[in-house]
Amino acid sequence: MSVLQMQRISICALKKDRKPILEKLQSMGIMEISLSLEEDKDFQKMDTMNARMSFEKAAAAADQALDILESYAPVKKSMLSALEGKALVEKAVYQKVTDQKEELLKTANRLYALDKEKAELKANILKLENQIESLKPWLALDVPMNLAGTKKTALLLGTMPGPAGVEDIFRILAEKASKIEGADVQIIASEPDTVYLAVLCMKTDVREVEEALRSAGFAKPAQVWENQPAKEKVYLENQIREIKGRISEIEKEIKGEAAVREKLKILSDYYRVRAEKYEVLGQIPQTGRTFVISGYVPKQNAQEVEQFLSVNYDCVVDVEDLKEGEEMPILLKNNPFSASVEGIVESYGLPHKGEIDPTTIMSFFYVFFFGMMLSDAAYGAIVAAACFIVLKRFPRMGAGMKKSLRLFMYCGISTLVWGILFGGYFGNIVDIVSEKFFGHTVTVPALWFVPLNDPMKLLVYSMLFGVIHLFVGLGIKGYMCLRDGKVMDFFCDVVLWFMLLTGLILMLLPSDIFASIAQTQIVFPAAVNTLAKVLAIAGAVGIVLMSGRSSKNPGVRIALGAYDLYNVTGWLSDALSYSRLLALGLATGVIASVINQMGSMMPNNIFGIIGFVVIFIVGHLLNLAINLLGAYVHTNRLQFVEFFGKFYEGGGRPFNPFKTNTKYTDIKEETLT
Amino acid sequence: MSIMSELGIVYALLGAAVAVLFAGAGSAIGVGIAGQAAAGVVTEDPSKFAKVLIIQLLPGTQGLYGLLVGFITLSNIGILGGDIAQIDVKTGLLILAACLPIGIVGLLSGIAQGKTAAASIGIVAKKPDQFGKAMLFPAMVETYAILALLISFLAVSGIKIQ
Repeated sequence: MSVLQMQRISICALKKDRKPILEKLQSMGIMEISLSLEEDKDFQKMDTMNARMSFEKAAAAADQALDILESYAPVKKSMLSALEGKALVEKAVYQKVTDQKEELLKTANRLYALDKEKAELKANILKLENQIESLKPWLALDVPMNLAGTKKTALLLGTMPGPAGVEDIFRILAEKASKIEGADVQIIASEPDTVYLAVLCMKTDVREVEEALRSAGFAKPAQVWENQPAKEKVYLENQIREIKGRISEIEKEIKGEAAVREKLKILSDYYRVRAEKYEVLGQIPQTGRTFVISGYVPKQNAQEVEQFLSVNYDCVVDVEDLKEGEEMPILLKNNPFSASVEGIVESYGLPHKGEIDPTTIMSFFYVFFFGMMLSDAAYGAIVAAACFIVLKRFPRMGAGMKKSLRLFMYCGISTLVWGILFGGYFGNIVDIVSEKFFGHTVTVPALWFVPLNDPMKLLVYSMLFGVIHLFVGLGIKGYMCLRDGKVMDFFCDVVLWFMLLTGLILMLLPSDIFASIAQTQIVFPAAVNTLAKVLAIAGAVGIVLMSGRSSKNPGVRIALGAYDLYNVTGWLSDALSYSRLLALGLATGVIASVINQMGSMMPNNIFGIIGFVVIFIVGHLLNLAINLLGAYVHTNRLQFVEFFGKFYEGGGRPFNPFKTNTKYTDIKEETLT
Repeated sequence: MSIMSELGIVYALLGAAVAVLFAGAGSAIGVGIAGQAAAGVVTEDPSKFAKVLIIQLLPGTQGLYGLLVGFITLSNIGILGGDIAQIDVKTGLLILAACLPIGIVGLLSGIAQGKTAAASIGIVAKKPDQFGKAMLFPAMVETYAILALLISFLAVSGIKIQ
């Protein structure tokens, strides 16, 4: 239930033990490296940049090869495979893979090269296909396209904007180049807006003819081939076929390497871990014979580490408490139940220096409120069972995922309990089914009461739970003030508020407004009524006088105090915010009833029953999903805004130990020996 | 008896319609706005699909609240059972008034929440680890829809029908 106390551990050891010590620390994974030593002429840091870069590059190459394998020979994955977590690898297998790392890296690089070649070949095919496309109009031409002509004649090939016929072209020639001896025009192909022509004329006339044609939009082809177009096409097609053959060869070759996948995963992790080790190695100061390493270790593990190192190596290990004002990294430690909400606290922010860990207290409220918002016994049972099965089925899933699922399992159980208290089982399914199929209505009685019949009662209880939640929050603030010895703050910011609020609540309870809400008149003895007034007035006066105590100017001080008193509206809105406990619970129940009602409109025969079942399953799945989301979001909100608003800031730095940070596999290894 | 005095049931049904209509429209617009942002994120990074989908869904609850009030109204005035209650004009108008909060607040808060959700999707796009906080901003808007739901619900279920 707390933030783990950290200690600073400093190790000075011989350089020859550098590798084993670092590796040991990495595999233990309980030390965050943090060096306060500056470089000087005795202590120097090693430049490991290059080594690290090459390891990172190798890890990236393995990752890339894995991606390539995945795209060529995908492994079938089930929907739940994301829950499986990292595979556990035997140390021996790991050793074997690292022994052949050079070879594997070569394979990885070859896979990359093959993939790249394939991409290039594909680009080539595209180029060739484009060529064929531009060749197509010329297919009818039965001479090579780069033929200049014969001894006396010249051949002009080109396009003109269409539509144009042979007569049009002769007319152009007659108009613009009347002096020429003669020319032969042939239309090779004709498209709606372009005509492809071959013009044969005397060599002496060629310039005149060309100019005449150009004035009408004649242009030479962009690409000229040495062969006859038809032959060229065959040639190009053959080339494409060859390239395609090569591509399928490449695909086959890559698929053939699919078996190396597992090894590549291990390889990638191996290089990743080494890169991390070298990063640390680059940070530690070293002399000719020795090196120093220093960092944070949880207090409970410090002894262990110290003992292990000093027994096994020649070194000096120094463990000391943190200096005053040193910000320690935060690692939370909670009982298994409360640990499941650590993820929620983390998403808000870890406790900063001096704050207490709110996880334990929050966990009870969290599960309590979540159940109240979903409040359907059947939904709760489904959620709890689903989470339980997944947890059992995939024991190796990631720690964060495991915590969330466990949290949802507890929330499901709480929902089950609230559902029984409120008599909700898929909304009102029991009533509907018994009425429709068996003729008489059976209602499962609620253990407590049915919110739909008595919403005001639940509203009052929601507010009550809210006020308890908020008071606990304020109480924690008080505890922190006392712990830090700030008695004045404790009295002014906590006790006075408690007095004011308790007084106000006690004044509200016997009033007519409350009586009309709760439908019962509460009568206090006169002494309590007086006490309520005294508490409220004393609290209010105290707050006005004391809240602005940091200010010397009495006028400003009173003004600040009065402004702080205005916060009473904040408390009111905080308490009202808990009405969502009622609203969301109602939403689940009523929408479930709507679904049941829709189902019951089906006729009472076999098709009707099938229709009923379909509506039931689809409808309740949707309702469960959307209300689960709602309950999650709004429980978070109640914790983050209302509860944390009273005492918690967050913003601590998470503990980031030096460890074997793998991506695909976990290596089975002996822990501390 | 004039036609005017028989309009009670019409007003009551109009109330149910207002609740479902406006709150539903608000949610539809809100989810639509958020959906555009979500689709943009998924084109860049398909792995964020689940996260942005959850945030996209957040403005969808107003429609459900409207449905809830509409359903309670329908079942109170007996339209669901086929046994329509006798409702005078006053009661009918009371029911219509009771349905207004969730209708109007549902419409406006649905749209506002959609915009907030779109902005939160932006958070998830750039900092996926801040998902918890991103989810909280749209939830702040929803509070007011919940308050309106509460008043509509309490009013509708409080109106006595003979």
